[in-house]
Amino acid sequence: MNGYRLGEFHAFEGGSRKYLYLVPSGAIFELTDLAADILDRLRSGERSQEELLAGLGPDAAEALDDLHQARAVSNGNGFPEPAEKTPLPFPLSTVVLNVTNQCNLSCKYCYEFGEDRVANPEGKAKFMPEETAREAVDYLLAHSPGRRAVHLTFFGGETLMNFPVVRSTIAYAREKAHAAGKYVDFSLTTNATLLTPEVIEYLAENQVGVTISIDGPRELNDQLRVFRNGRGSYDVIAPRIKELLARHRSRPIGARVTLTSQVVDVLKIYRHLQQDLGFHEVGFAPVTTSPVRLYSIGGGGLDIVLRQFQVLAQEYLEYALRGEHHGFSNVTDTLAELHAGISKAHPCGASLGLVGVGPSGDIAPCHRFVDSDAHKLGHISTGVDPGKQAEFLERGHISRKLECHTCWARPVCSGGCYHESYVRYGDTGHANLHYCEWIRGWTDTCLRIYGEIAARNPKFLDHFDERRAAA
Amino acid sequence: MRHLRAVNRKAVRVEEWIAAESGDVFALQQGGQPQAPRPHYPAGCSLVFSPGWEVDSAGGTAGLCQPVERDLYDCYLTCFWPAQVPDHLNNYPDWTSKCASAAKDWRNIDLVFP
Repeated sequence: MNGYRLGEFHAFEGGSRKYLYLVPSGAIFELTDLAADILDRLRSGERSQEELLAGLGPDAAEALDDLHQARAVSNGNGFPEPAEKTPLPFPLSTVVLNVTNQCNLSCKYCYEFGEDRVANPEGKAKFMPEETAREAVDYLLAHSPGRRAVHLTFFGGETLMNFPVVRSTIAYAREKAHAAGKYVDFSLTTNATLLTPEVIEYLAENQVGVTISIDGPRELNDQLRVFRNGRGSYDVIAPRIKELLARHRSRPIGARVTLTSQVVDVLKIYRHLQQDLGFHEVGFAPVTTSPVRLYSIGGGGLDIVLRQFQVLAQEYLEYALRGEHHGFSNVTDTLAELHAGISKAHPCGASLGLVGVGPSGDIAPCHRFVDSDAHKLGHISTGVDPGKQAEFLERGHISRKLECHTCWARPVCSGGCYHESYVRYGDTGHANLHYCEWIRGWTDTCLRIYGEIAARNPKFLDHFDERRAAA
Repeated sequence: MRHLRAVNRKAVRVEEWIAAESGDVFALQQGGQPQAPRPHYPAGCSLVFSPGWEVDSAGGTAGLCQPVERDLYDCYLTCFWPAQVPDHLNNYPDWTSKCASAAKDWRNIDLVFP
């Protein structure tokens, strides 16, 4: 019989308890001391059962059996089971409507207009006509069999530059969804420059979820989020955001911060957006760019970001142990995935449950690829080309990303954002190798928090079940 | 599993899977996973001594001491075993058609000659 050796997992501690994060299942188990001792003995290499259990007492065989059944240890020459192929056609849950590709800001890092853009909007519609938006709604309702709730997200360009179409589409979608026996909810992303009292009133009344792109206090936001003449946007948006937050209470309003080499002061940004402006949730993401741009965050910058994320995450933990809400949404999102034990074959739902539709009606894998001819999956009048969709998904499937096959963080990462991969490596199916350390560092941080919450205030984790049920 | 405690949702599913793969099956099993509604008698004569079920499917004693003819049905309907009774699935689906009530009509059940 073969000896025993370690299976694939990431061990971590939280609240002075020992845990395993199993790969690729994404299951989290707490270990008894005995089980942990067995794993410790295997760290130096393969051992026979007799060597392994010697002196560990009468329960050791049972503990080894438990570990073996959960695949934390193995004793065979078994091959890893291949990840399942994606079942197609896949029911849609979300359509992102890029209602315009025009914008009244000229943020220097913009992936739609900046130096690394993938879109080629020349000669195409600049504003989505009402008719196209309606076709997209019909498409969503027709291609979401089995789903009771579907989502419509409005995006840009600057979304509110085409507010009339947003408004008429919401009315149309409500009516059609009702007739189809489905529930549809709405959200949009905006730079906040066009949030007039009428728009705010409309969004609040219609329970439209709002995400505001803002990079922090004036001196940080205005580094790159500028008007065409170079003037910063902070002074225009801050009063409008305050008005929105005061009036719109029907959905949580989130801030979405883009981190760049100039803008990495996560703590300062979080405090300002959460305390001074009053955002319910604040989420951060590093800019998507080729590494040669001045605003690109290098490895050193990512380390700074991770350390600050960890400080904020610690604060999140303290809140969670008291049963209180903390607005650092990067933690909330990661904990939700860890709690469910999600194990992804694809990094995101692009081209599966989600597609982006551009102003011209072209269908893209997601909003980031809208108006890019190279990534077009079809047109809203004729639907997604199954061949193109299958090719896109196959290219991005975890089984193709060999570098990921030895990484314990692949259940949550699965190689990372397709758009990021394309901008960096020219291939949507390439693993985002420049983020590996960051992803593992951040996942480990969140696992420790998860473990501590599970040990000291497990009721808090029920929120994530409710969150999932609501989604 | 006494040495691993499932913490997240996926771990609970893994635990259920392990229990289903490796757990023992007990006659009149109760508890554990929600079970599909059972037939009136537990299926499978090899698991319990038959006849003379200790309790009926409701866990009571009202159904004890079934008539001996019940044996035929244990093998014929719930647990076909070719050595003992005709095969009701393919070749002799009508073997008991003249036996409306086993206690009364059991004499109508005849031998078969394949």
